[in-house]
This record gives sequence, C-alpha cells and structure tokens, in this order.
Amino acid sequence: MKAPTNAAMTTDRRRFLAVCLAGTGGLTLGFPLLAPRTAMAAEATFRPNAFLAIGGDGTITATVPYAEMGQGAMTSIAMLAAEELAVAPAAIKTVLAPGDNKLYAHPVLGEQITGGSASLAGSWMPIRKAAAAARIMLVEAAARRWGVGAATCTVADGRVHHAASKRSLAYSELAQAAASVPVPADPPVKTGGFKVIGTAAPRVDSAAKVDGSAVFGLDVRRPGMVYAAVQASPVIGGKLGAVDDKPALAVAGVTQVVRLANAVAVVGRHTGAARKGLAMLEPHWDGGLTDLSTEALVKQADAALDRKGVTAATKGDVAKAFAGAASTFEADYRMPMLAHAAMEPLNCTVEVRDGACEIWVGSQVPGRARIDVAKALGLDEDRVKVNSYLIGGGFGRRLQSEWIVQAALIARQVKAPVKVVWSREEDTRQDAYRYHNHSRVRVALDAKGNPLAFDHRIVAPAIMLWFLPSLLWKDGVDVDATNAATGPYAFPNLMVDYVRNDPPDGLLVGNWRGVGETRNGFVVETVMDQLAAKAGVDPVEYRRRLLPPKSRIAVLLDRLAQETGWGKPLPAGTTRGVAIQSGFGSHMGLVAQVRMDGGKLKVERMTAVIDCGIAVNPNVVRQQIEGGLLFGLTAALYSNITIADGRVVESNFHDQPVVRMVNTPKIDVIIIENGNDPGGVGEPGTAIVAPAIANAVFAATGKPLHQLPLPASMVERV
Amino acid sequence: MGNAVKLKVNGEIHDVDAEPDTPLLWALRDLVGLTGTKFGCGVALCGACTVHVDGLPRRSCVTPISAVGEAEVLTIEGVGKTPVGKAVQDAWLKVEVVQCGYCQAGQIMQATALLTADPAPDDAAIDRAMTGNICRCGTYPRIRAAIHAAAKQRVA
Ligand code: FES
Ligand code: FES
Repeated sequence: MKAPTNAAMTTDRRRFLAVCLAGTGGLTLGFPLLAPRTAMAAEATFRPNAFLAIGGDGTITATVPYAEMGQGAMTSIAMLAAEELAVAPAAIKTVLAPGDNKLYAHPVLGEQITGGSASLAGSWMPIRKAAAAARIMLVEAAARRWGVGAATCTVADGRVHHAASKRSLAYSELAQAAASVPVPADPPVKTGGFKVIGTAAPRVDSAAKVDGSAVFGLDVRRPGMVYAAVQASPVIGGKLGAVDDKPALAVAGVTQVVRLANAVAVVGRHTGAARKGLAMLEPHWDGGLTDLSTEALVKQADAALDRKGVTAATKGDVAKAFAGAASTFEADYRMPMLAHAAMEPLNCTVEVRDGACEIWVGSQVPGRARIDVAKALGLDEDRVKVNSYLIGGGFGRRLQSEWIVQAALIARQVKAPVKVVWSREEDTRQDAYRYHNHSRVRVALDAKGNPLAFDHRIVAPAIMLWFLPSLLWKDGVDVDATNAATGPYAFPNLMVDYVRNDPPDGLLVGNWRGVGETRNGFVVETVMDQLAAKAGVDPVEYRRRLLPPKSRIAVLLDRLAQETGWGKPLPAGTTRGVAIQSGFGSHMGLVAQVRMDGGKLKVERMTAVIDCGIAVNPNVVRQQIEGGLLFGLTAALYSNITIADGRVVESNFHDQPVVRMVNTPKIDVIIIENGNDPGGVGEPGTAIVAPAIANAVFAATGKPLHQLPLPASMVERV
Repeated sequence: MGNAVKLKVNGEIHDVDAEPDTPLLWALRDLVGLTGTKFGCGVALCGACTVHVDGLPRRSCVTPISAVGEAEVLTIEGVGKTPVGKAVQDAWLKVEVVQCGYCQAGQIMQATALLTADPAPDDAAIDRAMTGNICRCGTYPRIRAAIHAAAKQRVA
C-alpha cells in the first residue's frame, strides 16, 4: 500500500499549527497522515497525527503513530525526520503515540493501525514534510535574527549556519522564535542526495533492548499494582459455570478471584501467586461448541470448494479458454489454522477508578482498543486513556482488542491497577487464529503447456468484513483473502472466485503475518512449478514468459536466478525451489535449497531478493526479511492448530514447535536498489517461504504438495 | 506473608516476601522490580527467562526461590558489568541482532554463559547452547554471528 502524497497545506491546517505552536515553549509541527478519502474534510479543525517537537532544551521528539513490535518503526521514523533536519537519527527521541484513532490514523488504513506492512508507506511523505517545515522555519528564524536571506543559510548537525559571517545557532536557540514563523504551505522534501535515508543507521531501540531497560507491556509497573492470571473457557464459546474460589484464596499472596462471563481470573501480590491460585481452581464451563473438531471444519471448507462464490476478479473468457484447451490442470489446496505465538504472551495493565480507565499496553490498534474498552465499561471515549508500550512480537494478534477488554473487565472488579498476564497456554488456546483456507485452482493449457486461463476459487473467512470493511471488503469479496490470487502473472484469461466460509460463532479468527499473500502465494507458486513440470520447462523460465517484460518483478526474477546460479549443478542430494510475489508495495523472490535424506527434509539455504523501492534502512529491511522467512519456515514445517471436542489441542512450544537455532538455514538477503517509494517488508518474507520449499521438495520427489504444514513424516522436530 | 527470603541479585541483597515455591522469575520481576528478565512459556521451553545462578544459566520460570538460597543471581540488568556480558552486549549492538527484543535478555544471558564456559565455540557448540532459546522474530543468524564476534573480540 502506498501513501498518497501530501496535498498542499490548507488554511485549516495552518490554523491548527498556529494553535499548536502557541501552546508550547518550542516548535511543534504536525502533518496529517490522512488520505483525502477519510473524514478529514468534514472536520472543522485539521488534527495532525504525527508530531515533531523541538524543545527549548534542544530535544527533538518524534511521535511514532505506530506500534513498535520489532519492525523498526521507531528507527525509520527517526531517520525520516533526521534526514530533513540534518541531524543523526540518534539525536531524535521517539515516543510511541497513545491510542487515538483520529489523531494518529494511518493515511491509507484510516485508523491507528499497525498492519499490512504499511507503516513506512504511511509515514514516508508526512513525516518528512513535518520535518522539512520545521527546518524551513528554523532557518527563517535564524535568518531574521541575523538579518540575512534565508537562502544564504544552511543546516548541519542540529544547527543553522551562515557561512559568509561564520555564524551559527543551535536549533534549541531557535525553537521559540521559529514557532512564530509562518508555516510553509507545502514544504519541499529532499528528492535525492539522502544522507540518512538508505543508510544502515543503528536501530534507535537496540541499546535498551540489550541491557534490559526497554519497557514492554509486560514490564509496566504502577504504584500499588496487583497481578492477575486468567483462564477463559477452554471450550470454544463456553461460559463460566460454578467455581469454588476457596482453593485459590488459600494460596499465600492471592487476594481475589474475579469472575467474568467466560473467564475466571485470580489476583495476587505477584504473578507467581496468581498463577498458582489459578491452577488450584476447578472451574466448570457451560455450553460452547463441544462437538467442534478440526475434521469437521476441514470438511466444511472442502464442501465450500464445490460452491460457486462471488467473482473477485475476471478477465477474458475462462469458459471458452477451457473449451479450447489442449489439456487442463486442477488441484485443491488446504491450509490449516495458525496461532501467532509471539514471544510476549498477551498482557495488559489497567486501572479503573473514578469513572475513568487507564490502560498500559502494546497494541497494534490502540485507538480501537480505547473505543472498545469505553463501550464495554460504559464510559465516554475521552474517559479512557491508552498508553502505548513496546510489543514483543505482534504478527497480527494484537490487531484484535478483545483481550484488552477482558483485562478492563477484570480491572473493573479490582481496587488497584492490575496487570493481567496470559499464560503461554492461554495465549495459544485463546488466539485469534488464522482460519482454515482452502483453494481450488484450474488451469487451461495450450499444446505447449502455456496457460490459457487461470481459475482460482478461494475459500476463506470474511475477516475484512469486520476488520476493515471500508477499505478491504468490496461487493461481497474479502479483498485481502483474494489478494494476489493469480500472482504477478499476465494470464490471458482469469477468474478469481471468493467463497465465504466463516468460523462458527465463538471461534475467534483474525489476521496473521503475511495475510492474504501467505495463502495465495503458496497456491499460485506451487501451481506454477507443476505447470512448468507438465510443460517440461524450467520453473524460472516458465515464470519469466508470463511476466510483463522489464517489470520490477521480471527484473527481480532474473536477478534471483543470477544470484543463486539457477540452472547450475547443485551439491549432491540437494534440490531447490523458486517462488516470487508482488505485494505490500514490494516485490520479492526466494530460492530455497533443501536436502531430502531418507524422506526427511532439511532446509539448507534460503536466498531472497527484495525490491522494496527505497530501502530507508537496509539493515532493518534485511532483518525483516530474515525474520519473515523464519516465521514462514515455522509455519511451513510445523504450525497446525487443531480442535478436538470443542477445545484447542495445542498449548505450548512442545506441541506447537517453532524453528530454533539448530534448524535455521543459511539465509542471504539481496536488496535491489531503486528509487521507487518504499514498500512494505514485514510480511513478504513470511509469505514466500512455503511455496519455495514445497517446490524444492517437488523437484526432489516429483510429488507436488497441496497442503500445509508439510507432511509430518517429512519434518523432524527439534 | 511473612515469608521474607533474601535474594542476592546483581550483587545486592533483596528481601522478598514470597512463598518458597515462588518461581524466581516472578520474584525478580514483580517483587524485586527487575523486569528485564522475560516470561515466555513458564515451563522451560523457550529460554526467555534465563538468568545466571552462581554463574550457570537457569530458567527462572521453573526455579523456585527456595532452590536459589544464598546463590548469586545475575540478570540482564547486571550482566553488562561482567567482561563477557559486556562483550556479548556490544556484539549484539554491532551485529544489530535485535528486532522486537523480547527474547534478547534470555539470549544474551544464555550466550554469556556459553562464552564464559567456552571462549571460542564453533557452530555446533552454539547450536547446542542456544537451541533452547526461542526467537519468534527470527534473529538466530545474527545471534550466531554476534556470538562469534564476541568470541573474537574476547580473544583479540
Ligand atoms: S519462560 Fe522460562 S523457559 Fe520460557
Ligand atoms: S527479537 Fe523478537 S522474539 Fe527475539
């Protein structure tokens, strides 16, 4: 997703800025990140959602409207501001914005949401414009003081310089005066000659994360705080029945047992006591979907494959192409339910007092959390405050806020700030899962095996109908689920058909790193290798013929082939597989090299090429790709959340294994440099792994894989 | 109440009012107030809670405070004062290991213990020592590189 460039400044916005400036000792600037499609035009006053403040003490503070969950949002925003202000990124203090859907809305998503790998695209223009305006105003203030032309001044190292008279002033000395300079209408940003953008500047959050001083949600401390452990109904959709709270209250340090409609919580002086108390309880759970099983859900999704859905995309005449085809290809695909399994289990600290609620949490949707909690507690939104903290891995789980509401409902019954911490078991069993996704692909082929028509039926839940309907639910189609359903290829005829298949009520599902691409990339890219094999053509060559010549993805494929020595002999016993994709404003390719040894799979090496336009920080790009690949590798090898008798079976890392150091392949990431606007890098890595590995296995065994995770017989657990 | 236990953490004695079976993790985090040590699984499967007890890496989530006794506990907040811990933290910064950072306290404590016992571990030794520590952000290749870098710096 790309942010629209900022429109010229309007009077309203200037008025807002003036108000803002009057209210501070220094210079505070905000530029709306909002795209015109939002309610912005209707608002009497423009409310910016990113701030840059330069204090009289020289501190430059950038407010980060996004969650920092490892993707480098704080670093990227510091870098964008630093570029225009001619300071080092480390000189910029970043603070995480509190929950406010109006003030900090993402320009494309329309709300304060960190997802879809869209953070950088959302801040690319607005943050730089805010910083550029600040610089222009600082220069003007200095020029006035010296009685020289602004054009004769320069900025460097946090100072305005006048070379001719050898004078200079620090920003701190100019901040106050700059506040009374008119705000430039449409400050030009640098279009090249970047000094900060494009460099591997050190991450601004690293130091605190290696010395233990970084404060995640889990680390929040409030005066008088107590701690809660919670268990919600293990039966999906079940309610809390009778529970004898005495055994818990008998545990030293336990102070209270709290009942909610579908959960029980034990409160204590420390988490150890609360957890022990919870373990002593034997709550009864009433009702719920006690018959639910994975087999039934898979069967249901299979049945949906036979239904006609809603047309999501169409081109040409698919039926005619099939009628005239020399041969056809057909395959069904099944993808399992997935948990997020971030390292930081869900947790939330809440204080409810005097008709107000204050929350300390790491959320990907803090603005929504605020609204949801206000509703649940019957408070006005302005009586709820959400303070943002670092997140120990989001991966889409924290795009939901039901767990924050749960914490608030517990806190309402506790006379102190309470930190609610989920166990790993709770985090696994009460996830907002990636739901079952099935696909049916039919391809009509000519005599040479080239595709005449590509027909992709997608069975998926309607996530976007409730998550982001204004943007991603169109005419009965989940735009995310059907995204990239035909890959980057120029098929002469195509059809994408969306069959909505929702989970039963009570089973919470949601977004998962890589979103729609993760399901469709696996389908399309493994189909491509099967078609190539059928045609007797090399998989890279087969793809190349179907890509628009000279397109970014075509250039990337060539580079990938070149970097991996595609077509050259491999070490004995190894094979490789390729996959490519375009999405999140970026293009990506991966070659996975695997060894099949006695039927066991070992992924030895992954070589990725990414074209994400301007890589604002190549190091962060590499990190995101490396991490995305390993996240996808875990899913491809192991991940499978199952339900039996209405309960999620898996609970902790023993039955929900993840990739560890010992089975991490060698990873190389190559960045294609170009001047296009920055694309997303958080999700592409995850989406591309499974197809590349499945294709490598196909190359070794000749047997195509149509299901994830890969067959258990192939995968060794560590 | 009234179970005051003395814990020696990062060279300082703390009075901790908790039952003897309280996991060291929660005593450190909630009662001593050192929140750098993290909770990931609670059952010794992820390594996020790793601290040193008398110099050896321990999963604090399954270590009751009664088992610590008078032993010295070292956490992420104190490890930088040891030469090996400092070298490891420096290497972590140089290699830019960190993403979300949540697992890194445990990783650094585990790596410091490894390098203290084996100043120049090969890849197999690193695998053996580090495979109990999960990182969902996928920083493993950089952790490996950083351990090698710290080892080199220590030797040089
Ligand atoms: S929290 Fe102790 S090993 Fe996971
Ligand atoms: S850095 Fe996020 S879990 Fe390791």
